[in-house]
Amino acid sequence: MERDDIIEYSLDAHHSEEEGRKIRRNIWMVTLLLAVVTTVEVALGAYWKEWFPGSWGAVKLIYVILTLVKAGFIVSVFMHLGDERRNIRAIILLPYALFILYLLWIALTESNFVHWSWNTWQ
Amino acid sequence: MAGDATKTLSNDVLWGGGRSPFSISYGKMMMWFFLVSDALTFSGLLVAYGFVRHSTTDTWPIGEEVFRALPGLTGSYPLIYVALMTAILIFSSVTMVLAVEAGHRMDKKGVIKWMILTVVGGAFFVGSQAWEWSHFIHGGGGYMTTSDGAKYWVHNDTHDTHDPSNAPGFHLVPAKEGHYLVAADGAHHLDHDASLKLWAQRVNYVDGANMTHNEYGPPQYANFFFFITGFHGFHVFSGVVINLIVLIMAIQGVFHRRGHYEMIEKAGLYWHFVDLVWVFVFTFFYLL
Repeated sequence: MERDDIIEYSLDAHHSEEEGRKIRRNIWMVTLLLAVVTTVEVALGAYWKEWFPGSWGAVKLIYVILTLVKAGFIVSVFMHLGDERRNIRAIILLPYALFILYLLWIALTESNFVHWSWNTWQ
Repeated sequence: MAGDATKTLSNDVLWGGGRSPFSISYGKMMMWFFLVSDALTFSGLLVAYGFVRHSTTDTWPIGEEVFRALPGLTGSYPLIYVALMTAILIFSSVTMVLAVEAGHRMDKKGVIKWMILTVVGGAFFVGSQAWEWSHFIHGGGGYMTTSDGAKYWVHNDTHDTHDPSNAPGFHLVPAKEGHYLVAADGAHHLDHDASLKLWAQRVNYVDGANMTHNEYGPPQYANFFFFITGFHGFHVFSGVVINLIVLIMAIQGVFHRRGHYEMIEKAGLYWHFVDLVWVFVFTFFYLL
């Protein structure tokens, strides 16, 4: 039951053996990087008090940066967004960034205020 | 012919203006749009968690104190189990991207091999999450409070939460406020008789976790745990089902006859997205 009413095409649906070897090596490099970053995160979670006493704020910042690094590699290499055209990259990433940056800003502002209110008036 | 992939695009696939602005197939573009909306949903959940955590005046549980058990072992292994779950999901993402790569070379055997591994990895993750939920719901013994507000962790050898005072090894430990299962500074385990005496005076006993109370911290903590990991777990489950269907289609040779393996790519986009979400859940729910 092959459907022939759906027209599909993809610019990069095929590649040669030679290109395949390069792509696979890239995949394994990214895998190694993701594994190392996750190991660092867990070790930091378990030992940050011994390693960096009293600097929880800096550790949190490191976590956020490492997470964004991981997310960037997953999206651009595993999901091949890095290989797509700039048009489609922008149409996916920009609306998302617009909403979420606003949401983060408003949630942080308002939660600060709620926290202050409870501490002051409760 | 439908599905012919070539750099010169046939007139059939061009848009009304005679161009193809995105050079991406309809199916892949719609999958991306769906993923953007799904990403907004997950971001909303995690931001809501951050809002509650940032605004609360209660002490909030610490991930490495709550999640530190391994199946079949006693002792403390902070975040090791969650790290293993993360490793399983990343491994399963790697096998998925290798299946996509094999599809690009029209290597049917390679696609089938890597898709089988992807499905197995996904099933392992869902199973791990079932164990973690079970462990979270049953808890580590719970705590009791007395009328003066003092809080004690309840311990016994068999993790009995129905009738802990009759279980072997029953004893109480004065709790360190805001720390899950951690004894107050300088406090000793109370002996059996003192524990029984205090147990008789309890005004409240909280064990395990449900939607209204939990032994780890504020009720919202367990609610967010159930909702965020549950919503993600359901995504993993549906991803495993989708991957299984695509695997069966690949075995039947549907994609080979079609001339391209783009369906593997579309299922792969969804599967990588599930991994992507877990990266953020891991950081913002477990680590921070």
